[in-house]
Amino acid sequence: MSAPLAISTQGMSRTFGGLVAVDQVDLAISAGSIYGFLGPNGCGKSTSIRMLTGLLRPSAGEIKVLGENLMGNEDKIRRRIGYMTQKFSLYENLTVLENLAFVARIYGFSWRKRQQRLAELLQLYDLVGREKQLAGSMSGGQKQRLALAAATLHYPELLFLDEPTSAVDPENRREFWERLFDLCDQGTTILVSTHYMDEAERCHGLAILERGVKRADGSPQQLMQQMAAQVFEIAGQDLRSLKQALIKLPEVLSAAQIGSRLRVLVTNSVSEPLAWLQAKVEEARGAGVQIETQIEMVRPNLEDVFVTCTGQGRHGDVA
Amino acid sequence: MLLRIFAVVVKELRQLSRDRMTFGMIVMIPLVQLMLFGYAINTDARHLPAGVVNLSASAYAPRLVNAVQASQVVDFKRNYANVMEAEAALTRGEVKAVLYIPPDFAERLLRFPNQGQAELPISAQPLARPVAQWLVDGSDTVVAATIKSLRQMPLNEVLDRPVSATVASLEVVQYFNPEQRSVVNIVPGLLGVILTMTMVMFTSAAIVREREQGNMEFLITTPIRPIELMLGKILPYVVVGLVQVSIILGAGHVLFDVPFRGGLDSMALASMLFICASLTLGLVISTIAKTQLQSMQLTIFVLLPSILLSGFMFPYEAMPVAAQWIAEALPATHFMRMSRAIVLRDAQVMELSFDALWLLGFTLVGLVVASLRFAKRLD
Repeated sequence: MSAPLAISTQGMSRTFGGLVAVDQVDLAISAGSIYGFLGPNGCGKSTSIRMLTGLLRPSAGEIKVLGENLMGNEDKIRRRIGYMTQKFSLYENLTVLENLAFVARIYGFSWRKRQQRLAELLQLYDLVGREKQLAGSMSGGQKQRLALAAATLHYPELLFLDEPTSAVDPENRREFWERLFDLCDQGTTILVSTHYMDEAERCHGLAILERGVKRADGSPQQLMQQMAAQVFEIAGQDLRSLKQALIKLPEVLSAAQIGSRLRVLVTNSVSEPLAWLQAKVEEARGAGVQIETQIEMVRPNLEDVFVTCTGQGRHGDVA
Repeated sequence: MLLRIFAVVVKELRQLSRDRMTFGMIVMIPLVQLMLFGYAINTDARHLPAGVVNLSASAYAPRLVNAVQASQVVDFKRNYANVMEAEAALTRGEVKAVLYIPPDFAERLLRFPNQGQAELPISAQPLARPVAQWLVDGSDTVVAATIKSLRQMPLNEVLDRPVSATVASLEVVQYFNPEQRSVVNIVPGLLGVILTMTMVMFTSAAIVREREQGNMEFLITTPIRPIELMLGKILPYVVVGLVQVSIILGAGHVLFDVPFRGGLDSMALASMLFICASLTLGLVISTIAKTQLQSMQLTIFVLLPSILLSGFMFPYEAMPVAAQWIAEALPATHFMRMSRAIVLRDAQVMELSFDALWLLGFTLVGLVVASLRFAKRLD
């Protein structure tokens, strides 16, 4: 990669007692990109972000943030990063303006600069008219915009967002991502964790985490192309029992019903997957039973990548 | 640095002003406690329920009972036929004391020195015995001491004799609280107790609350330094503490006529030192406790000895040496000494420099400890 790295880690690990929350994660995140951590709850996304922001010390491994070793330089680096926590972490019994003014003072903004920046942020994050509203009384989307305003108030070079959209509706989510791309355009590197596939798909780079281990790393397109499985969709009747039969085969990584279709992932170790699957479907239907079924090969999506990487489809519960 | 401390101060004041309950408590706790302690605590016991066992047929016996009743120390409620019944009544808690008048009461009374026959042969004097006996529920030392004070009750009235004034062997001149009202001593002491309670409580929850409500995770990724956060958390409550001091001393003066002899400047300085010491103590607690409940428990842990060992309830000098050491470690003890000296004895802070310096040292050490203990980390 040509761009300098905003974050690089080697063997980053963290244990809590006997539990390994993050296990030997290597990261290389280029400056100016939006990078995503994708994974289910408890996969180590938050722990990783907390280590990268210096809130938790890694049990092992090296972390470089914005070109400097994190250990020992936390205070210096903290002036250059912004962090939006998973849980709303501003003061609920302060107003929008009071919260922002507090953050501005903490970052040492003079009176004039503060007034200017606050006006700018209120405008940018659509909070004009709500200056005197208590943060605790706002909706999920409004709180999220306020939190983003506070996290970006001091023009951070690197922004950490821990599941920023978990409490907002889809429309607000789309709008929120527009704002992230605006920030990215201005040169901010963004690291965002999510368990939504559609959000992950918007990232420039992506790491899929499962139980503390990085299962895959790359751009969403790369991940889909390099996927170690072929994706088929089966249309027809009685898909529930067909699913039960197919999921037992070791070559089938996942079978999930999506509307009136069954989405099946067949591992690349099968040389002629389409023919193989047709044979297996007929076998499952039993001889002599004539049920019309159509099988076609489809383009993989990120969810397929996720399922292939994590082996979650085996249990039939896809995140 | 100053801007960041200021930011925290402004934030704390805003939050405090939104918290009406706490705001009300700042005023109500001192007022209510002052009334409670001022009116309720009284070490001079009066009107204790008592009984009589009268085995004497003498006409003097009822006169003795009347004389004791007239002292107002006890109210005779019951008569018991014998000592066993009286003891059972004590056990039941029906009465606190029983006056036992023996069958030979009249004889004893007449042989009593200076009371009975004017001249008793020298040889008979050692035979003089107390005329009657008190059976007392001694579990409460205040009750016991009050009844004991009746031991020297003059018997003139019983015998209709003129008072033969006896000369005390030692005379006592009482300075500073001549009327012996306990409230005069309680109000300045109450300052220490109430300030310990509110000040330690406010700050002991301060850091923990931010942690529990999730604010800390954001706060520690900002460039704020621990000492700035600590100072910012303390400063608003110094003002709160001074308001409480004014309420207690003002109301104490108006309601209980507690004199205010010392200088206001001395009092303000002493209070300020104590408030700061208590607030830092709370901060240290706050860096130890993981939840608000734990911080509350630790506050009570500090509060109880501050009430019982600081000299507020019992004289410091009467405690065993080990307890005095513990008391010395508590800021409340030092403040109690200073506030009583200033309010009641017109002492200057300068004359109390040991206690003043101790509180100052406690504050500084506490601030350093709290800042060091507060790592900007989650683990």
